[in-house]
Amino acid sequence: MIRLQNIEKVYRTDTIETLALNSISLDVAKGEFLSIMGPSGCGKSTLLNIMGLLDTPSKGDIKISDQKTDHLSDKQLAQFRNQKLGFIFQSYHLINDLQVLDNVELPLLYRNTTAKERKMLATEALEKVGLSNRIKHFPTQLSGGQRQRVAIARAIVGRPEIILADEPTGNLDSAMGNEIMDILINLNRNEGTTIIMVTHDENMAHKTHRLVRLFDGSQVQ
Amino acid sequence: MLKNYFKIAIAVLRRRKFFTFISLFGISFTLTILLVLTAFLDKVVGDSYPDRKRDRSLYVTHLQESGKDGQSSSTLSYYFLNHFVGSLKTPVKLGISSGYEGTNTYVNNKKLAVNYKYTNADYWEIMEYDFTEGKAFSKQQIDNADKVAVISEDMKRDYFGDIPSVVGKYIEADNVKYRVIGVVKNVPITSYNLYSDIYLPYTVSKTDFTKGKGYLGDFTGVMLAKSTDDVPRMRDEYDAMMRRIPMESKQFNKMYSHAQSYIRSYVETGNESSSGVTIVFTAIVIFVLLVTVLPTLNLVNINITRIMERSSEIGVRKAFGASSGTLVYQFLVENIILTFLGGLIGVVLSFIAIQVLNSFRLIPNLVLSINFTVLGIGLLVCFFFGLLSGVYPAWRMSKLNVVTALKAQ
Ligand SMILES: Nc1ncnc2c1ncn2[C@@H]1O[C@H](COP(=O)(O)OP(=O)(O)OP(=O)(O)O)[C@@H](O)[C@H]1O
Ligand SMILES: [Mg+2]
Repeated sequence: MIRLQNIEKVYRTDTIETLALNSISLDVAKGEFLSIMGPSGCGKSTLLNIMGLLDTPSKGDIKISDQKTDHLSDKQLAQFRNQKLGFIFQSYHLINDLQVLDNVELPLLYRNTTAKERKMLATEALEKVGLSNRIKHFPTQLSGGQRQRVAIARAIVGRPEIILADEPTGNLDSAMGNEIMDILINLNRNEGTTIIMVTHDENMAHKTHRLVRLFDGSQVQ
Repeated sequence: MLKNYFKIAIAVLRRRKFFTFISLFGISFTLTILLVLTAFLDKVVGDSYPDRKRDRSLYVTHLQESGKDGQSSSTLSYYFLNHFVGSLKTPVKLGISSGYEGTNTYVNNKKLAVNYKYTNADYWEIMEYDFTEGKAFSKQQIDNADKVAVISEDMKRDYFGDIPSVVGKYIEADNVKYRVIGVVKNVPITSYNLYSDIYLPYTVSKTDFTKGKGYLGDFTGVMLAKSTDDVPRMRDEYDAMMRRIPMESKQFNKMYSHAQSYIRSYVETGNESSSGVTIVFTAIVIFVLLVTVLPTLNLVNINITRIMERSSEIGVRKAFGASSGTLVYQFLVENIILTFLGGLIGVVLSFIAIQVLNSFRLIPNLVLSINFTVLGIGLLVCFFFGLLSGVYPAWRMSKLNVVTALKAQ
């Protein structure tokens, strides 16, 4: 599903160069639930962003669904992300000015859909995360766990083949975290969605199919 | 899609009340100034009452003479207009009138300031004054030096009060009684070459304008060509005449005077080296630039701040499939919504401002109004504003790297 070959990422500032990723090669199979662990600053987010085409590597190739991605234009890239990828962030990144339903509809806005379809699909996605009774709320009126469930609904509303989650339970207590984890596991099991998740929590990681460990930008396991 | 943009635009505007206020204030205030200015210009140079034959008229308003010891510049003498300009072949008519002059008259022992001007007979045939009663004086009456007068509606009301007809009644000005033979609709004072309260035959003046051979005096002329096609020829003939006629006196060695279109004559100072046209138009352009550019820059600045604080939203939208182009479009739509709101307020403010200006009667006989041209211009300005102040910030933020955008918060 995703194939990374010799990915290297160097951050250059005026004074220093940081080698955030050092020759990472990784294959993620279709339907796999993969977790990435490692100490803070080891390059987990960087790796995830590169897999999600939010960032470009300094060296190396990425193939998603057997498609090379390095030559895509801004527009094609946007479309690619819209069709294939869904993101979940540690700090939710909901748009506070919009109601829950509008937040969830967001990815559909960038597709050919009618308002009616969008509403239907978004409501459906919210039902899956158990929040269909909160569609008129604004994000600030929800708890952390509820917000993250809205974010998951937003990530799955467009039925992407791949979901990238950067510490989705990082801001939540363990009960809430487990709830979120269950949603992801079900998503993986029932819909066959490929999920890649960064986590600091060994328990969470052990619930996934495979664990990749990073240390200082290199893969150690 | 648009509906969604509208939703977020309104939400953002409501969240940032202060920014919104500043933006709206800037836009509406600018627009108000522009609209009132346009209404004013439109009235002053656009209104063609009573000289409806402008397109085939040329105006002769100034003569500048210069020599070693200096120069003098002024309106013209009756002699100059009648003798030289009157001899031209292309004009079919030559209207001659003096600038208006003020004097006092008394109604029931109350002092009343009035302006009067002298005209010849052709003047009334070139100008299309609307007569509410009576008519203009004829060549015959001028030649007889009949003491007759055409007065404005305001003059009629102020002098005679609210009575239906005043033709045949007498009006006194400068201790002379004149018989009223016609009443015309008011001309605003801004059309200063045509405005007056009382119009008199030039022959009734205590000064005999036909005597003397000086070139400079109180008069201006309007030449009427047979058709618009003849206007250039008329202008050329005038210039040829200027080259031909002798210097007024030995102290001068150069003379300048041109037959000009209404607009040019309106703003002309009569000084060749610093043309009034240039000055007036430069002034207007600078004013408009100041009035529009400064608020636009300010808006650009506000917009940048406003958009940058939404970088998380930008990051999210990009992550979920918005291209840079889509984002630019979204922010432009938002900005245009904002400017149109400001525009709406501006239009309302302009109506109020114009009502106030009209009710104070700051300028005699000048009634401003907002017509569709003015409104159209206003809306265009708004749209232009919206684009101008939105494009740069929108473009800048759309180039934001997704990861950076998401991190900033
Ligand atoms: N924009 C940037 N400019 C310079 N250096 C950066 C930038 N982003 C990340 N880095 C560096 O790259 C390295 C990896 O960062 P990354 O965010 O991927 O770590 P992480 O494993 O996700 O850490 P955490 O668990 O704390 O989220 C760090 O050393 C970080 O300082
Ligand atoms: Mg991280």
